[in-house]
Amino acid sequence: MSTLLEVRNLVKTYGEGEGEAETRVLKGLNLTLATGELSALLGPSGSGKSTLLSILGTLMQPTSGEHVMLGQDLTRAGDRDLTEFRNRHIGFVFQFHHLLPDFTALENVIFPAAVQAGRETAAARARGRELLVRVGLESRMDFLATKLSGGQKQRVAIARALMNQPELVLADEPTGNLDRASATQVMALIAEINQNEKTTFLISTHDEKIAETCRRRIRVADGKAE
Amino acid sequence: MLYGFKIALRYLTASKTQTGLLIAGVGVGVFVFVFMSALIGGLAVFLVQRTVGNIAHVTIEEPARDPISLLPQSAGALVVEQRATSQRTQLRTADAFLPLIDAMPGVAATSPQIVGNGFLVRGLITAPVGVTGVETAKVSAIADIGKALVDGSTDLGNASIIIGSTLAGDLGIGVGQVVRLQSDRGVERSLVVSGIFELGVDALDARAAFVSLSSARTLFDLPQGISRIEVKLDDLNQAEAYAARIAAETGLEATPWTAGNAQLLDGLRAQASSGNLIKAFALVTIIIGVASALLLSTYRRRPEIGIMRAMGAGRGFVIFVFVTQGALIGILGGLIGAGIGYAALSPFPVPELAPPGGLPVDVRQGAYGLAISLTAIGAILASILPARAAARVDPVSVIGQ
Ligand SMILES: Nc1ncnc2c1ncn2[C@@H]1O[C@H](COP(=O)(O)OP(=O)(O)O)[C@@H](O)[C@H]1O
Ligand SMILES: [Mg+2]
Repeated sequence: MSTLLEVRNLVKTYGEGEGEAETRVLKGLNLTLATGELSALLGPSGSGKSTLLSILGTLMQPTSGEHVMLGQDLTRAGDRDLTEFRNRHIGFVFQFHHLLPDFTALENVIFPAAVQAGRETAAARARGRELLVRVGLESRMDFLATKLSGGQKQRVAIARALMNQPELVLADEPTGNLDRASATQVMALIAEINQNEKTTFLISTHDEKIAETCRRRIRVADGKAE
Repeated sequence: MLYGFKIALRYLTASKTQTGLLIAGVGVGVFVFVFMSALIGGLAVFLVQRTVGNIAHVTIEEPARDPISLLPQSAGALVVEQRATSQRTQLRTADAFLPLIDAMPGVAATSPQIVGNGFLVRGLITAPVGVTGVETAKVSAIADIGKALVDGSTDLGNASIIIGSTLAGDLGIGVGQVVRLQSDRGVERSLVVSGIFELGVDALDARAAFVSLSSARTLFDLPQGISRIEVKLDDLNQAEAYAARIAAETGLEATPWTAGNAQLLDGLRAQASSGNLIKAFALVTIIIGVASALLLSTYRRRPEIGIMRAMGAGRGFVIFVFVTQGALIGILGGLIGAGIGYAALSPFPVPELAPPGGLPVDVRQGAYGLAISLTAIGAILASILPARAAARVDPVSVIGQ
């Protein structure tokens, strides 16, 4: 299997040079993800899982270290390039879903394509519908995001993360806010998509049961991954 | 950027009450702007109309002929010139110039006149009177005597006279009655009152009389020439330019109405500047209102902005979304405010026809286009600060893990 992304000697220190107490969260972390992997990122609360995902998702710059994805050095790229890279190659699923509340399920799903094209194309709408069918929400497509249940919102968020066919989907405690049944459903959906599309998933969780459904388990402890 | 427009629109329609109030606030500001424009403009029209409505816009006279100094200026001599009194100032060459002035575009009417003073005598009562001899067809050319007529007609035969209502009252005469006119040249004639006017200007109603040009010739002993030419223009604001042009083309002395009304013009200027100040305040209020509302909205939508940024929306896109909201609010508020302003001003008569004591607002001077464009520009400027704040939102800090 080919390498999708690699980070070397990743260091992240919060509060540096801001006159506050410095918190060194990542202390020389190394990690390699191969294309098509389904990995769980484990670690207690405060261990730095979200910090790592933010850096991998280009939402945050590391204090130092190398970050290469799809052969591109992302530590040296500017905001504009990173925004475009994110849009094309990375999907996000967050704990609190973060759908746009004034938009329908379908509009939320096609956002990444529409913001790229500058308009909502017919092709994007067709793919958005297809994705919503895949996540079992064909009857909720035109519901406002606020009118959906927690599990439904999270499934819309998964569909949205897949919209631009990204190579990598980063999910930060996607089941953290769901009941056991919905959590199992969401994980099954992720496993199925990973199986069929070879999309790489990295899912942070502190729930061992959830982690067990993933083929690879990465533990973050003391600022390093093992 | 069609998509950015869609998002902006959705944001505005998502909180209808808030957006409605904001647009209403902008509308009120625009209404104030439009109303002030109409009021200041209307007042100016009203006051100028009151002052200038019944006088000439440009008066053409023979230039004063001062004796030519024989001493060179450089001689250092003190030269005292005495005004020539051996001749009456009169226009001898009027016939040559009249067609020229009449043909100028923008000249509404010309009226060659012979003017002089005299007394109207009836029985033992005498009243001083300023007499203007006019061409019989041009009685109403300068002051609209025809419109101000309270009795009789404006027909001027060779033995008739039109007088003001106060004068008629003082002499106790009416239309059809005979009155004697003694001119200051010692000529006396009996004239029939053919019309009585009331212009509402005391000096005219109590002191003015109109006779035909040929009567005036006899009365004031002026076999040739005339005293002056009075000119009415289509646009009285052009009086100075026309006076200069007429003077240059004819070599005569042409005096615009503004020369004798400096105080009025100063007053109008002061009025216009205070009006502009109020309009500027209205605009500033609009800008502050839009900026604060949008700033609040960006703050409330920080998580959404963060998520959009995470999904690949660039900073420019976020700025576009918020500036578009500002522009839409400005344009909508501008249209509504200007529309209501127009509707509210329309029932008022134009200041030229405003009744005494009425509000002299001028619906034509609402400056609607200016109000709408300035508001749109102001609202766009107002949205730049919130839009930039929105574009700076850090996705990580607002998504919250
Ligand atoms: N913006 C920040 N400023 C300062 N410290 C932070 C910030 N974000 C996270 N931290 C700290 O970094 C550590 C790791 O946080 P996080 O990556 O959220 O861990 P996890 O997701 O594993 O719970 C925590 O101790 C947290 O307090
Ligand atoms: Mg976390």
